[in-house]
Amino acid sequence: MMLGWLPANPAESRLLPGGRFRGPTPYVIAIMTFAMMIVAAAGLALSSTAGLIASAAANRHVVQVPDGDRPRVAAVIAAARSSGSVSAVRPVPEAEMRRTLERWLGPLDTAGDLPLPALINLDLAPGADAAALARRIAAAAPGARLVSEEATLGPLLGSLRALQWLALTLVLLMAAATSAAVVLAARGALDTHRATIEVMHGIGATDRQLARLFQRKIALDALAGGVAGGAAAALVLVLLAIGSASFAGDLFGGRVLRGGDLALLALLPLAAVGLATVVARGAVLKALRQAP
Amino acid sequence: MRYGTGAEVLRDLDFRLSAGGFYFLTGPSGAGKTSLLKLLYLAQRPTRGRIRLFGEELADAPRDALPAFRRRIGVVFQDFRLIRYLSAFDNVALPLRIAGRSEEEIEGPVREMLAWVGLADRASARPPTLSGGEQQRVAIARAVISQPDLLVADEPTGNVDAEMAARLLHLFSALNRLGTTVVVATHDVGLIAATPGAHIVRLEKGVLADPTGALRNPPPSGAGSQPGVTS
Repeated sequence: MMLGWLPANPAESRLLPGGRFRGPTPYVIAIMTFAMMIVAAAGLALSSTAGLIASAAANRHVVQVPDGDRPRVAAVIAAARSSGSVSAVRPVPEAEMRRTLERWLGPLDTAGDLPLPALINLDLAPGADAAALARRIAAAAPGARLVSEEATLGPLLGSLRALQWLALTLVLLMAAATSAAVVLAARGALDTHRATIEVMHGIGATDRQLARLFQRKIALDALAGGVAGGAAAALVLVLLAIGSASFAGDLFGGRVLRGGDLALLALLPLAAVGLATVVARGAVLKALRQAP
Repeated sequence: MRYGTGAEVLRDLDFRLSAGGFYFLTGPSGAGKTSLLKLLYLAQRPTRGRIRLFGEELADAPRDALPAFRRRIGVVFQDFRLIRYLSAFDNVALPLRIAGRSEEEIEGPVREMLAWVGLADRASARPPTLSGGEQQRVAIARAVISQPDLLVADEPTGNVDAEMAARLLHLFSALNRLGTTVVVATHDVGLIAATPGAHIVRLEKGVLADPTGALRNPPPSGAGSQPGVTS
């Protein structure tokens, strides 16, 4: 059984006294698990958000009519509808345009000194030829321009994907730091119990028997730390999801973290415990092999 | 044999111990007795030469092979080397637990052994609360509990009174009669005198004194392989 080594009989547990939570291991694992989960959640949220944006922008185009000339807007709409390559045409209402521009320019003169551009959202049918549609619109309404939203959002999507890789790199770096901390903890435990190890070696204990003692101790410490760090991270994520901070709430909330993402996050503490256990065993066995 | 880059502490040793024999290892302080015992109980490897134990060449044996041989050797360390946070019972039971015996199999023999060394009522005491003599008896009980094929003891009676020394010697002799080869390093002339028939191995400045040649060519004795060291 893979975890058969984990339960200790009382005699074995007496061989390495000290109790739980006395060394740095549970605290290091707790902090690292917490940080890994938060960073991983951010990475997954970024990935989901990028996916949502990309799928929403796919096939979405906007026709810009710079001076908002109504006949030309009507010509664009007619050309789009008659092209056969457009599944939906949604002119942006003038009031909405005005509200949008007022955010940037302040109150606009209702008399219309400033010409308002017109925007028409188009959803292209799958496989539609955007270049042909652009030519058709330009012919129907000179000056009107067909712009792909995917192209507009390209830099944003690129940034989101870069951040997503950065998050993954950070998780891997934290896993490496956790491993290093576990190696140091294992060496510290070996130094503390060096006399016991020498005696046990001397009366016939194998490296595996000794490693099992340390592996069990570090695994239980890591389990406690992993559970604590994981629970704290879950609490923070839930608070962000239900909190009033709308961006963070949207970013980490149910909308962008789906079931698979949540399952992956839930596995992270277990992965940290597994990593700590394997690393501890390797470090202990390596150190024990230095003995005659 | 040498430690690190230091001078050789043992050299030109060539001897064999009869299986089932009883040997006293003597010599002045610094003669190399403890180093020779370390070679015998496989805590050190020789820097050159051979060690044959239980019929196997062990000087270059892989590490993984050594625990099985160490389980056949009982060791009484000069400084006891008890695990200070384990009770006397747990210290004595340690070799049996390492060998994989169940708790049911351990309980009786350990209690009996503690009674034999006069510590039946101190089973749950930890070493720091025991006197030097009591610690030494726990160490001896731990060394003999698994009825080893070879018992190696470094000054085993150094901290006990004459009566207890005699009793421990009786225990060693009893084990020896059961077939255990016993090697005791000691300065105690009385102990040697009280063991008729025992062989004496004398070390001086890392060299074995064997004027009769009996250690190179021991008389045949009981069945079993002979431990031996050549360097």
